[in-house]
Amino acid sequence: MSTSITTEAVMDYDEAMARFDPVMGLEVHVELHTNTKMFCGCPTTFGAEPNTQVCPVCLGLPGALPVVNEKAVESAIRIGLALHCEIAEWCRFARKNYFYPDMPKNFQTSQYDEPIAFNGYLDVELEDGSTYRVEIERAHMEEDTGKSLHIGGSTGRIHGADYSLVDYNRAGIPLIEIVTKPMVGAGERAPEVAKAYVSALRDLLRALDVSDVKMEQGSMRCDANVSLRPKVGGDPLSAEQLAVPLGTRTETKNVNSLRSVERAVRYEISRHAAILAAGGSILQETRHWHEDTGVTTSGREKSDAEDYRYFPEPDLVPVAPSRELVESLRGTLPEPPGLRRRRLQGEWGYSDLEMRDVLNAGAVELIEQTVAAGASPAAAKKWWLGEPSRRANAQAQDLVTYAAEIGLTPAHVAELDGLVTSGRLNDSMARQVLDGVLAGEGTPTAVADARGLELVQDDGALEAAVDKVIEANPDVAAKIRDGKVAAAGALIGQVMKEMKGQADAGKARSLILDKLQ
Amino acid sequence: MNPDLTRATAAELADALAQGTVSSVEVTQAHLDRIAAVDGQVHSYLHVDGEGALAAARAVDERRAAGESLGVLAGVPIAVKDVMTTKGLPTTCGSRILEGWIPPYDATVVRHLREAGMPILGKTNMDEFAMGSSTEHSAYGPSRNPWDLDRIPGGSGGGSSSVLASFQAPLATGTDTGGSIRQPAAVTATVGTKPTYGGVSRYGLVALASSLDQAGPCGRTVLDTALLHAVMGGHDPLDSTSIDAPVPAVVEAARRADVKGLKIGIVKELGGEGYQPGVRARFEESVQLLVDLGAEVVEVSCPNFDYALAAYYLILPSEASSNLAKFDAMRYGLRVAPEGVDAPSAEQVMAATRDAGFGPEVKRRIILGTYALSSGYYDAYYGSAQKVRALIAQDFARAFEQVDVLVSPTAPTTAFKLGDKLDDPMAMYLNDIATIPANLAGVPGMSLPSGLADEDGLPAGIQILAPAMQDERLYTVGAALEGALIDRWGGHLLDRVPELTATSEPKGA
Ligand SMILES: [Zn+2]
Repeated sequence: MSTSITTEAVMDYDEAMARFDPVMGLEVHVELHTNTKMFCGCPTTFGAEPNTQVCPVCLGLPGALPVVNEKAVESAIRIGLALHCEIAEWCRFARKNYFYPDMPKNFQTSQYDEPIAFNGYLDVELEDGSTYRVEIERAHMEEDTGKSLHIGGSTGRIHGADYSLVDYNRAGIPLIEIVTKPMVGAGERAPEVAKAYVSALRDLLRALDVSDVKMEQGSMRCDANVSLRPKVGGDPLSAEQLAVPLGTRTETKNVNSLRSVERAVRYEISRHAAILAAGGSILQETRHWHEDTGVTTSGREKSDAEDYRYFPEPDLVPVAPSRELVESLRGTLPEPPGLRRRRLQGEWGYSDLEMRDVLNAGAVELIEQTVAAGASPAAAKKWWLGEPSRRANAQAQDLVTYAAEIGLTPAHVAELDGLVTSGRLNDSMARQVLDGVLAGEGTPTAVADARGLELVQDDGALEAAVDKVIEANPDVAAKIRDGKVAAAGALIGQVMKEMKGQADAGKARSLILDKLQ
Repeated sequence: MNPDLTRATAAELADALAQGTVSSVEVTQAHLDRIAAVDGQVHSYLHVDGEGALAAARAVDERRAAGESLGVLAGVPIAVKDVMTTKGLPTTCGSRILEGWIPPYDATVVRHLREAGMPILGKTNMDEFAMGSSTEHSAYGPSRNPWDLDRIPGGSGGGSSSVLASFQAPLATGTDTGGSIRQPAAVTATVGTKPTYGGVSRYGLVALASSLDQAGPCGRTVLDTALLHAVMGGHDPLDSTSIDAPVPAVVEAARRADVKGLKIGIVKELGGEGYQPGVRARFEESVQLLVDLGAEVVEVSCPNFDYALAAYYLILPSEASSNLAKFDAMRYGLRVAPEGVDAPSAEQVMAATRDAGFGPEVKRRIILGTYALSSGYYDAYYGSAQKVRALIAQDFARAFEQVDVLVSPTAPTTAFKLGDKLDDPMAMYLNDIATIPANLAGVPGMSLPSGLADEDGLPAGIQILAPAMQDERLYTVGAALEGALIDRWGGHLLDRVPELTATSEPKGA
């Protein structure tokens, strides 16, 4: 049995925006990178052999009991504080009851009406430099489920599969679920706002050092709720517009990259608009996002009446963080990413445009570390945003991940820059060296040595080459003598060719000008 | 000491073992022989581990011979209720759904027993997942009351109570969610304590209702029970609800056995109408004995106890419905394929397995609990029950401002006949009316024999209740009363239990 994926009607985005006002709600699940799981002592290493990081507790064996991971609670509090939330003085875990094979106890230990953190916000910078404030409803603690692998069938989903395998390594890994309040007033920029929020949240969590925040590995996962309501007037923030009741929402799951967040929201807006414009009504349901085809398909129907029979977890005592603990954790918060960015931009002397390029490339930390290793900010930016960025993009990876995988470090880039500033390499030689480093040939110095790349420091050889080229090009030489300095470029190129590239182009230029002026 | 090792108390066996007049292998073998001779009639055990028990006995004998210093109960064998996980030994909780499951780990209590050098004779029968007051809800057939094999031995811990009353073990473990240690003790003339909630680790106890469950000791005397309590109890970092404090000095309290100057309260709401005359008569005699021993007795009122049963039967099924969700055929235990379904889905296998693996009482409570937790009903049922629970705790707090301990009959009646209440769940539930308040409030309680009811000659029990973490009061009062009663009877009540003959035919279920 194979599931056929029908293509649904979608409305042109601009037309949709002319008629409807989008409202979003984002739920982001973040796996904490604590050493041990939420309620037991099992390790949390990603990618271990299936079912090797398990014990009676996280397998839900009869009789086993949970014990709260204090480190996870501290991470949750720090996340709450960084999101400007209030921190509960007393809260409990709750059981969310439903049956699923990858959930060992058939209930998830979560929090219900007593989240650890609530009522916060995150200011998100948009591409044009303006700020959108995302209101945070709550951040609560829970445990992850195991992972089902459906074998056979065509879709990789449970329907049509011949059998399923379950890996419980992930079961019990600490999760923080961060839920926004309805995000209104974004208008046509809703998809951009969604992406910018998830991106800002990722930066914040990375700065907090609480999670790997790798969307492609699932350590950060986003569910996007989207609904449309009729547009009233032109201002998405007008009182009239805000008074219009919310439409029925869909919840799109499996949105596992920043780009997908933007695309999925945009797709759902267009899809809802087509249905509503045709007089239809939106079915409240879960949708699955398909990265490859760029569409969502219907998952299970979901209604608010879905009954998880929440009740306070009787196997755990309430969490009651002292105010002293909360304040001491507040003292560990890093500089907020927005402030930090503005500070670095000032220190580095980048224009707004340059800084935005750096942000979009995800290169802030890399450049910061490269500068710390001795490179100039301009050189650090030039090298990171050049070939490495191009290759990361081509592989649809973020720059940090790409660099980590390929083994290119900030120290390498600083070393490369040092080889240029010391006069050993010119720019084109440095590019060759970088290629060598990216090809895994070793450190910049090692690559330069191995490839025999070094500027010729013997001025005699350079002077001979200059003389030879001037002699061979009397017309050009005459132009330069007449004051057309720009013509020198043609001669420099030939000199470099004579020198087989191993010469300092600047030095060649000044020699040519000296001789002809 | 009685030359028949199975008739000796645990304290006597411990002394003899310490003095070297008897070995653990001898004591253990004597009990295994007794089990072989009589358990066909009583059906106390679901699983007997002769080999494991003798190996443990040999090990402790060797350690003793090597001059190691051992715990008080080292070498004294014990029976373990089948609700506690035992590494390498089957653990079924009296349910088909766990048939054949061998846990890969020991409950903390079981670890304590092994570390104390106590050979584990086997696992005792119980109502399925501890739901019941008679063991009739065991999927493996009921245990029988040694006082009358046609009667129930109490429940859910009827395996452990009947083991003691038929001399198939000197000690046993129990768990008490609403009376499962105390009511079986009462109907078999044995002793059992439900400690303060959190006093004994719940790690490795297959949960019925997490906020009510408490493991505790079962013995034939108050001192024996105290000795076992001291081994079982103590803080466990694996149980978040475990009390981080030393075990109360229960053994010292049992040896002190003194009620002079103590104020004892009779709970007005736990007695009178609905209580069998013989049970009331024995209770009143016991109270008089306490007065004779120097205690001051007053009546106290706990008005909210009237709502305890109703609250209990909302909280327990609610928690149980969630705790029992894990039995889904996916990882362990029974797996049943639905009939007439080709390539069944995981959900279909779960449903078929739960249908085949759970008995009717378990299903009844899962349905009750699922309903009580449903949105729209939660506040009216689970929410209200929690409020009643707080009021009951308040009643206890007020009562303990006036008195040191409270007393009541343990159960309203003596042992009823097998099958008598099987079709009337409400009548079955009423058996726990006096024991439930302690679970709701988390306070400790003990049952010990008060005598035989005149009308049927069957044992009745008296319950003692103390404030949380004051478990030692149970033992000093219990031991004082036990001493006075034994003086009056001219011997232990269990001396009068009918002899089971090794040759008599096992009774059919
Ligand atoms: Zn684990």
